[in-house]
Amino acid sequence: MELVINGDKIEIPNTVETVSHLLQHFELEQKVIIVEWNKTILEKDSHQGTKICDGDRVELVHFVGGG
Amino acid sequence: MLKIGSYEFTSRILLGTGKYPDFDVQQEAVEVSGTEILTFSVRRMNVFEPSQPNFLEKLDLNKYFLLPNTAGAKTAAEAVRIAKLAKASGLCDMIKVEVIGCQKTLLPDPIETLKASEELLKEGFVVLPYTSDDVLLAKRLEELGCHAIMPGASPIGSGQGIINPLNLSFIIEQSNVPVIIDAGIGTPSDVAIAMELGADGVLLNTAVSGANDPVKMAKAMKLAVEAGRLGFEAGRIPKKRYATASSPTEGMSIS
Repeated sequence: MELVINGDKIEIPNTVETVSHLLQHFELEQKVIIVEWNKTILEKDSHQGTKICDGDRVELVHFVGGG
Repeated sequence: MLKIGSYEFTSRILLGTGKYPDFDVQQEAVEVSGTEILTFSVRRMNVFEPSQPNFLEKLDLNKYFLLPNTAGAKTAAEAVRIAKLAKASGLCDMIKVEVIGCQKTLLPDPIETLKASEELLKEGFVVLPYTSDDVLLAKRLEELGCHAIMPGASPIGSGQGIINPLNLSFIIEQSNVPVIIDAGIGTPSDVAIAMELGADGVLLNTAVSGANDPVKMAKAMKLAVEAGRLGFEAGRIPKKRYATASSPTEGMSIS
């Protein structure tokens, strides 16, 4: 399936069914990362229960240096 | 003691985490500064480079409070979104509201800053708005319920120091919440002046990260904060136009 991740169209294997799977797919599950899924900001504990579908728009953001 | 919302801090330095030459220098500078509050920005991650090093991962998060900023926002709505993203990390509920209205001067947009602060207060954030040195705007932000006011000393990253001490002193005098001087500080003497004016703290980034020796500068800034604060608490002498002798004028044998 194809997702729009951080503005780019990215092909993802169909075995990725949830937001948790998606983070595992990119090896991000141990990182401090925040997920916005179809304009909804997800709390950590809802990653597992949030199903991913073709065409979903996902933003993956994190903290970077800043003043 | 610096009290912001329900949080209490011993250090009066807030330190930015941008633009250090490398993580080792940064880590040492952070430690030497004595800071307890570190600012961060929220940005899209490069998902194809998950092993990209991140300064946050090098920190003992039990030792530091995170103060994410809304840098990059040009409107209240954008600032609110960034703040909510930051909070969803589960690591913090403080937010530095930064809504830039002009890309050349990086001065904050007062109206959008006010709107974003209002919205974020309703959402339960501990709100620290970055604002200009406008005295009435600072008052309005306090009246909204902001937990600290952060007026800039001069444009962000300019190192011009305190260009309007009068306005800053008016803001400090009227404020019932902490006033943290943010942006534009270049030297330890700028920090000392801010603290002597009665500021409750300073937020520094480029002044430290951009110094030839960031670690040494972090130490200098820590000492400047302490010196300035002690000077403020001690109470300075009034300025006079003419001299007053320090030595006694009585009992002189030659006259």
